[in-house]
Amino acid sequence: MNEERITEKLNILADAAKYDVSCASSGSKRKNENKGLGNASNGICHSYTEDGRCVSLLKILLTNHCIFDCAYCVSRKNNDIKRAAFTVQEVVDLTINFYRRNYIEGLFLSSGIFKNADYTMERLVRVAKKLRTEHNFNGYIHLKSIPGASDELMNEAGLYADRLSVNLEMPTEAGLKLLAPDKNQQDMIKPMGYLRNAIIKHSEEKKLFKKAPQFAPAGQSTQMIIGATPENDNVVLHSANYFYKNFKLKRVYYSGYVPVLADNRLPALNTAVPMVRENRLYQADWLMRFYGFKVNEIVNNAQPHLDLDIDPKLGWAIRNMQAFPVDINKSDLQLILRVPGIGLLSAQKIVSARKFGKLNWDHLKKMGVSLNRAKYFVTCNSNEFERRDLTGNNIKQFILATSQSKYLKNTQTQLNLF
Amino acid sequence: MALTTLIYDGTFEGLLSAVYEVYAHHLQLVKLHTGEWHNSALFENVITVTTDETRAARVLKGLKERVSHIGIQRLYAAHLAGIAGEDINLLGYMRYAFDSPVNIEEDYGNKYVTRVSELVRMVRREKHRMEAFVRFQQLTDGTFYAGVEPDFNVLPLLIRHFKSRYADQKWMIYDIKRKYGVYYDLHDTQFVEMDFADLNKPNSVVAAFAEDESVYQHLWKNYFNSVNIASRKNTKLHVRHIPKRYWKHLTEKI
Ligand code: SF4
Repeated sequence: MNEERITEKLNILADAAKYDVSCASSGSKRKNENKGLGNASNGICHSYTEDGRCVSLLKILLTNHCIFDCAYCVSRKNNDIKRAAFTVQEVVDLTINFYRRNYIEGLFLSSGIFKNADYTMERLVRVAKKLRTEHNFNGYIHLKSIPGASDELMNEAGLYADRLSVNLEMPTEAGLKLLAPDKNQQDMIKPMGYLRNAIIKHSEEKKLFKKAPQFAPAGQSTQMIIGATPENDNVVLHSANYFYKNFKLKRVYYSGYVPVLADNRLPALNTAVPMVRENRLYQADWLMRFYGFKVNEIVNNAQPHLDLDIDPKLGWAIRNMQAFPVDINKSDLQLILRVPGIGLLSAQKIVSARKFGKLNWDHLKKMGVSLNRAKYFVTCNSNEFERRDLTGNNIKQFILATSQSKYLKNTQTQLNLF
Repeated sequence: MALTTLIYDGTFEGLLSAVYEVYAHHLQLVKLHTGEWHNSALFENVITVTTDETRAARVLKGLKERVSHIGIQRLYAAHLAGIAGEDINLLGYMRYAFDSPVNIEEDYGNKYVTRVSELVRMVRREKHRMEAFVRFQQLTDGTFYAGVEPDFNVLPLLIRHFKSRYADQKWMIYDIKRKYGVYYDLHDTQFVEMDFADLNKPNSVVAAFAEDESVYQHLWKNYFNSVNIASRKNTKLHVRHIPKRYWKHLTEKI
């Protein structure tokens, strides 16, 4: 192995891939049944970057040569940068050797487009196939599909990969037209539709025949860049909701635009990465997927932006004071989940524990409820509760005053707040 | 009410045997003490618990009728972690389970149930950290070796994960603090103790490492540095995810 050459390639091709934020390696249940190497289960973060993001997969491009010229992308054709390309075998060797040392959960492979979509996609599929069939590799594989790739290749990709993603890149077609003139939203939607159907079909077959092959068992996901184009949160979240509903996506990732190029279609180079906004979008996304919120309750035409100062759940609560206070000892799980300061786990604990006796503030605190927020919205087995008739705005001010730093400086991307 | 001190050997069986004594003598208030008893004050009620397999098994059997299989695993994990002074809470949990007419596992209003669930969370977190932070280095004979220093004694809880994941390579995970390791020989795992002082310092045994080992370590460090996005730097978050005490065994942080 030419160490120097490989190192250089790795540096270039990891650097170019890092702006794709999805890192999840969970949702697959691939077992190690052939006494081979690896399995894919809950997805482990093996390390964290200095900016606090999870490092779970070897995330690289096969090449950063590209025939397209998307304005927001470092790899675009007209950008004067160093180019490199891995061979199929090099990617396979790196993956296996990193995996054996417990550095990673698997591979996330993407690529610039060289020659044409199918030619590129075929190489990506070949890496996955080689790992699975020649190396008995059962670790996680995420392939990013190339827009415009044929159904046959998408099908083959699904047979070897755990997850496939087609990046929408921009929340709207207009945004895409502006910044990625070579791309066409149909080229992204078509493979997403193909994958949706294939995933449904295979999972039905799997129910009938245990031996039926797996097809992208961790489903499909997509990514949108936010802050590069002027779409507001209302547009972004409705678009996400549309794709969750119509394409059965597992995840939508929101990537705060990191200025990489000077171009008058884009925010200036010194613009800050919209990290707080990105964080709020993820929180809103969680509310839609796990907390039973409808997208319209979070953003709508009257409320097109997420509040950057407070999380969207608290935002909803102070706009809907008529829904509170919630009685901890009686209310449905669905309502308890809507209380600021109570997370999924604490909500479940509350519902289990109250069968044994009435719960008071002390109990709630022990179950991990953040009383600092929850106290304005609930009653429990205690005579002490918020008696003042506070408006939503009062509450917001009180909460902000007691937890200033946490709210304003919070910049997590993969989070478990609430 | 009189306080009784139970002296036991600190093992899980010993703890179960102590539960047996509680019921055999109808004890109310109890304290646990591990090992020898030196204080011979006259008024102390002291019972020396004999660790007895049959008694322990009886207690366990009774427990199984009241607590789910998972609940028992959780108790065991909480004990195994060896956090000083916590066995008394496990004993409290078991007594509560025995004395209650219904299954109490989800009674998070009870202090023992809450404490056990906290302990389990601490142990699980350490287990997950180890699953993430183990860094194998390949030795000349092909074995993949990793040294670790977990906060709690979680090695026994790691076996299943590593055995199913790395079924086709020989590996060893060695707990440097507690001076024992787990070795997998492609078929089974076994606990090993050895004078391993040399391997504790990753760089002192370069000769024992496979040829490509340093190349991949180097590539991994490079990769780790290239995926960083400088404009998003957030050291506080970084250190919260990887506390500094783990750094010395992490290839990318050495
Ligand atoms: S096609 Fe992909 S790699 Fe090529 S310029 Fe556009 S975003 Fe970048």
